[in-house]
Amino acid sequence: MQLTAFQTVIMILAVAFGTMLTRFPPFLLFPEDKEPPVIVKYLGRVLPPAMMGLLVVYCFKSVSFITFPFGASELIGVAVIIMLHSWKRNVLLSIAGGTVVYMILVQMIFK
Amino acid sequence: MKKAFLSAFPHTVPVLTGFLITGIAYGVLMQTKGYGVFWSCLMSAIAFCGSMQFVAVSLLTAAFAPLQAFLLSLMVNARHLFYGLSMLEKYKGMGKLRFFLIYVLCDETFSIVSSTEPPEDVSPKAFYFAISFLDYCYWLLGTLCGGLIGRFIPFDTKGLDFVLTALFVVLFLEQRQKNGNRTAGIIGLACTALSLFLFGADNFVIPAMILILISLLAGRKKLCS
Repeated sequence: MQLTAFQTVIMILAVAFGTMLTRFPPFLLFPEDKEPPVIVKYLGRVLPPAMMGLLVVYCFKSVSFITFPFGASELIGVAVIIMLHSWKRNVLLSIAGGTVVYMILVQMIFK
Repeated sequence: MKKAFLSAFPHTVPVLTGFLITGIAYGVLMQTKGYGVFWSCLMSAIAFCGSMQFVAVSLLTAAFAPLQAFLLSLMVNARHLFYGLSMLEKYKGMGKLRFFLIYVLCDETFSIVSSTEPPEDVSPKAFYFAISFLDYCYWLLGTLCGGLIGRFIPFDTKGLDFVLTALFVVLFLEQRQKNGNRTAGIIGLACTALSLFLFGADNFVIPAMILILISLLAGRKKLCS
């Protein structure tokens, strides 16, 4: 531990406060007893799929596609998920299948 | 309430796996920097912000800089702003639970709640609470295990954290099934990829959010029809 106990508590609160300033404002700006503007309602409807797109890319941010193995494990993992999901459309099966294949690839093949 | 937890649990199994693994990794990392299980659990319980907690480890091992920690956590977590906008409708009428639901609205909980409808015989309120509460507990549990026994885990878990990527990919595919969502999903994917390419892995999230916002607003007429 480099910081004192008191300093650590302050750091934890600082991180928590920053985080909560990203989670609470929309709910404070548009309280539930008032109808939000049409544009906000529209965003509330289209943002979820767009943010899922963001999260998928977010997971790939540290993958290098220009050095060996060119993100092969990740790409194959995702391909397996897409195939399983269009075949059975079972959320847990697709997730488990993709993860197992990915683990085999990173542990045994592209070490 | 019991029914809500039973019906919510299967949806959270991937998060259970992912949070245990990442939580353990976090607990172990904190341990190696001299922060014992008490500190890692305190951070997980109060800040509850996955990736930012990993960033904060480096701040805890440098000179005392709370303002920097605050600003960094604002930037790293900026994406939550859009989760809030998306949940305005679903989190209506939650009463006293609302504060908790907002407090713990992380990537994983957002993905599940925004793409899953509660079963007909379970109240949405109890269902969303169950998902949020379970995910919160998993993260704490992972951190606790990491701080206590993390170094003694025998089997090779390398790659198991891919379970969270898999969760996002599958829920992305699920969201696409809904009417009118296909284009919005592509917009999210394309804007973020472009932003990652332009700004690099450390600074791409906020530009990506701005690009997404502009594209969604510009395409409003098309996306509404």
